Amino acid sequence: MSDKKYSKKHEWVSLEGDVATVGITKHASEMLGDVVFVELPDKGKNVEKEGQAGVVESTKAASDVYTPVTGEITETNQSIVDDPAAVNKDPEGASWFFKVKIKNKSELDELMNKADYEKFAKENSN
Amino acid sequence: MGTQKTALYDYHKSLGAKFVPFAGYEMPVQYSSGIVEEHKVTRSNAGLFDVSHMGQLLIEGNENLATELEKIIPTDLKKIKLNQSKYSFLMNEQGGIYDDLIITKVEKGFIIILNAACKNNDFKIIKNALGSKFQLTLCKNLSLVALQGPKSSEILEKTINGISSLKFMNGNKFSYNDKDIYITRSGYTGEDGFEISIPNQLVEDFAKKLIVQGVKPIGLGARDTLRLEAGLCLYGHDINESTSPIEANLKWAISKRRREEGGFVGYNKIKSDMNGSLARLRVGVNPEGKIIAREGVKIFSKDNEEIGLVTSGTFGPSVNRSIAMGYVKLNFSKPGTKVLLEVRGKKYEANISELPFYKKNYVR
Repeated sequence: MSDKKYSKKHEWVSLEGDVATVGITKHASEMLGDVVFVELPDKGKNVEKEGQAGVVESTKAASDVYTPVTGEITETNQSIVDDPAAVNKDPEGASWFFKVKIKNKSELDELMNKADYEKFAKENSN
Repeated sequence: MGTQKTALYDYHKSLGAKFVPFAGYEMPVQYSSGIVEEHKVTRSNAGLFDVSHMGQLLIEGNENLATELEKIIPTDLKKIKLNQSKYSFLMNEQGGIYDDLIITKVEKGFIIILNAACKNNDFKIIKNALGSKFQLTLCKNLSLVALQGPKSSEILEKTINGISSLKFMNGNKFSYNDKDIYITRSGYTGEDGFEISIPNQLVEDFAKKLIVQGVKPIGLGARDTLRLEAGLCLYGHDINESTSPIEANLKWAISKRRREEGGFVGYNKIKSDMNGSLARLRVGVNPEGKIIAREGVKIFSKDNEEIGLVTSGTFGPSVNRSIAMGYVKLNFSKPGTKVLLEVRGKKYEANISELPFYKKNYVR
């Protein structure tokens, strides 16, 4: 598995072969607060980079989840739909959101590495 | 006008508060443990809320004051006992609600607790109604904190001797560091608890005394989930200038004598609502799944007729499910009625429910 890449919309991507696993970052989960509802895209759906691909709601508000890559949804994580609070516990591990069979690997080059993302998140957290 | 801060602002900061602007004040929305944890600790132990942004209006006067106030406040102010509190409201001529409030009879006259966003307008309305016969003071030298939860009485008794004998919706004067403070047994969480009016210069010291005893500070986020579980209205959302108290299912708050006699602003609407022209009612709404139905979500009948609107909705940490309240046409207001909620373009099944979602434990 490759290193994670991060988007400005606070999603992470991890690529294995041509399948990208996508979730929300730890920083995003902390900003959201207690997650109480998750909606994921349907399997087989084609999604566009930076297009809306899910919803995550905390006690405070609803937020859209975007996909940082283009492709077809091959799998979604039902466990976070059944137990939304799991998103706060392990956002960058077991609580991934969906997998995308990607079309264009170069899309990942436009994303940030961990150090750059952390800097970005810190600057944009207020 | 810049954003205002309460006397506890620096203390909140030291406790790890995240702030949001609310009604012109920088208020803590949550602390480090998060809304769900703060909610649960209030239900199981005790939580401390800074509500100093709310208006504390002292009106000084005698029996004439009760007579004059009854013209704008639909509760029985002639029968109210010394130190007794009543939930009531200020209304416009159309029977809409300008604000909801708690009015308490005190030795000097009445103390009215007002919503932060409405307090300056309320002051004008009350001042206009009373003229110059009575002294009105919005007490900026006083803070207001709420201690809420099943352990509140036991904990507060250690600092303020005698408070455990107060009954729900009753208050009294107590002493703290040789200064007068006023405490009522009341709140906005569905739990037993107290609201403490205390001079600004003493409030931090007082708050610290409670925090060292294990009381957790609670932000506006959990205050909202707690009040919603308890079925209590949030002004500006569940009630406003175009909802009448009868539509809002708050008929209980209008004293029987006042309902029959009238003689207050907005009575015509109350009377017609009670005499068969009521068209909609505030109800609880229980979504069947996990979907959260927030303010503005449309409510439909099973036959897809639009029948109402959600005014508040969230996840209820103690009932462990999605909860909401809103207004529906009267013939769909019976608990158990199946309805549909439109969220992000999709319809979800829900049931009309009784309020509150969470049963209270008040000390009467």
